[in-house]
Amino acid sequence: MERDNKENNRSVKVHRREWLKTLATVPVLGVFAYAWYRKRRYDRLLKKNIFSELNMSTNPVPAPPPVSQGKTIRLGIIGYGIRGPHLARAAGFAHPAWIDTVRDAAAVNPSDSRYQDFLAQDDLNVVVTGVCDIFDTYGKLAVEAGANIYREGTGGKMGDAPRRFKNYRELCASPDIDAVIIATPDHWHGPMTIEAARNGKHVYCEKPMTWTVPETYEVVKAVKENGVVFQLGHQGRQTESYIKAREAIEKDLLGKITLIEVTTNRNDPNGAWVYPIHPDAGPDTIDWEQFIGPAPWHEFSLERFFRWRCWWDYSTGLSGDLLTHEYDAMNQILGLGIPRSAVSSGGIYFYKDGRTVPDVLHTVFEYPEKDLTLMYSATLASQRSRGKVIMGHDASMEMGNTLIIKADPASTRYAEQIRKGIIDPSLPIYTYTPGTKQVDAVTSATEQYFAGRGLLYTYRGGKRVDTTHLHIREWIDAIRTGAPTSCHIDAGFDEAMTAHMGTIAYREGRKVYWDPDKQQIM
Amino acid sequence: MKNWKNNVQLTWMVVLRLLIGWHFLYEGIAKLVNPNWTSAFYLLDSQGWFAPFFHSLTINPDVLATVDFLNVWGLIFIGLGLVLGLFTRVATMAGIVLLAFYYLSHPPLVGLKYASPMEGNYLVVDKTLIELVALAVLYVFPTGKEIGLDRWVLGESCWGKKRTKNK
Repeated sequence: MERDNKENNRSVKVHRREWLKTLATVPVLGVFAYAWYRKRRYDRLLKKNIFSELNMSTNPVPAPPPVSQGKTIRLGIIGYGIRGPHLARAAGFAHPAWIDTVRDAAAVNPSDSRYQDFLAQDDLNVVVTGVCDIFDTYGKLAVEAGANIYREGTGGKMGDAPRRFKNYRELCASPDIDAVIIATPDHWHGPMTIEAARNGKHVYCEKPMTWTVPETYEVVKAVKENGVVFQLGHQGRQTESYIKAREAIEKDLLGKITLIEVTTNRNDPNGAWVYPIHPDAGPDTIDWEQFIGPAPWHEFSLERFFRWRCWWDYSTGLSGDLLTHEYDAMNQILGLGIPRSAVSSGGIYFYKDGRTVPDVLHTVFEYPEKDLTLMYSATLASQRSRGKVIMGHDASMEMGNTLIIKADPASTRYAEQIRKGIIDPSLPIYTYTPGTKQVDAVTSATEQYFAGRGLLYTYRGGKRVDTTHLHIREWIDAIRTGAPTSCHIDAGFDEAMTAHMGTIAYREGRKVYWDPDKQQIM
Repeated sequence: MKNWKNNVQLTWMVVLRLLIGWHFLYEGIAKLVNPNWTSAFYLLDSQGWFAPFFHSLTINPDVLATVDFLNVWGLIFIGLGLVLGLFTRVATMAGIVLLAFYYLSHPPLVGLKYASPMEGNYLVVDKTLIELVALAVLYVFPTGKEIGLDRWVLGESCWGKKRTKNK
């Protein structure tokens, strides 16, 4: 009996030891759970404190409304060189050879989604009834693209071919065209917009709006008097992160803003406008006289025809081509309007190829009424990445496709939170990355430049879309519904005058002023 | 306790098991609760001989979602296994395989540069490799049946023997 008891005691002891050895490490899970709970609570508190302070909405920008219903809009396309094909695709018309290229690219590299994205692009209920390009090869390509209503590759089923016009005036006068897309050299933007508007055609025009100051007033007059819908080609208006940036400014996250720095950095011949010369091009295939138009006469030159951006005779240089994108983004976000003054400096320091426009340019615009300076700085011979930064007393905001807001260490508004450790000035207090789970296949250096600046793709409802498509779509919807366009004629006037001030300041080597009463550059 | 000369050796092996388990568990849970987490950027940053394979995992969204799912739950279950001493040898081997993937996707070899920041200086050997070898040591000196739920679940033994004896 006693032995039995002893056995039993031992057995209980062994049993207890078994339990201990089996479950010894379970309490570690408890410690883990507690540590994790503490960390979660800390992170949530931090986030809650920052978010309640910032009061920013956490929702992404909603998907665009469905394409407007109603009558089919008949488009005319003027200019089918580099930008023209992109605009045509954004409207739904790709050249069959382009379809072949992107379809093959997608077969080799499944992450190249250009083909898939294009097929997924909404049908805008538009047709191309007329095209015009003064280079025969481009004119023929435009006809083929306009006929490609089924989005097919070479040899696929095509629709009716649009009529090819040899002169833009004939296209503008054609009764079977409702609206025109203008993608020609800068010196033609104004005259073509005026001609189209006088013929009652709605206009989508590439930036910059004009090449000279006087024609800027004429363009505004023609568009307003004829009541046509105008959209200037700053597709950055559709960039999701810019829409968020505007919200941040409206909620006064940055405090008093005194300096805005915008930049252009490129370092490849294509980015410096040394575009390839087409092998078919020559005096027989190009209507040279029509190319010259309002520009000073020059004998036939393939360089000038294909690389027109390099000469003031047809171009507005860095100001018109790239400063305007940066300026329009800031005008969209901050409602800057036309600056009071501008000074510029720079030179032709790298591309000594006979060009007359500078490849390095800095322009400083003053807004004394708003107590701020807008500084633009550009080089075409260094790809060093410099952001687009809005500097405020309380925080600064860096913008591209993503949006990053960091508190200033000496901020007044965030002083308390910085002291308490809720806000760390070295870390962003707000970041906005559209489509975080999306992996983009962006190919060339120039494309990366545009993507980084929000000029190539944006996201709506988490889906990647081409900003140019959204911009064209907004214009088409505006024609059908009468809703306003985002880069309307008044925004275009601001853009053109601001760019002209920068150009005049550079070319004349003086400080240039804007007289708001007389609405004139002094 | 036939494998162990004394309790000190066993204790430190169990401590090592717990620490690695904790690390796996937290890595898994931190990813699980972050709605924006994806392995895509890490995979795209891969360099070296196996980079094409790791890059290929990001191409198809369904494949990527599967990789993300396996990674997160793999980390959590391996972590739980090591901490609790449950199916310890399976968890240890799975941990070795997972760490081998991490190491091979980002080998710290001469001439390879990564976009993701590293918090130390590594040449051929990095912390992933050390953790992997530590797991290998745990694999050949198993502790789950000494201290852990394996004693009960897989126990050749003590529990089993006791149970029959008590009957």
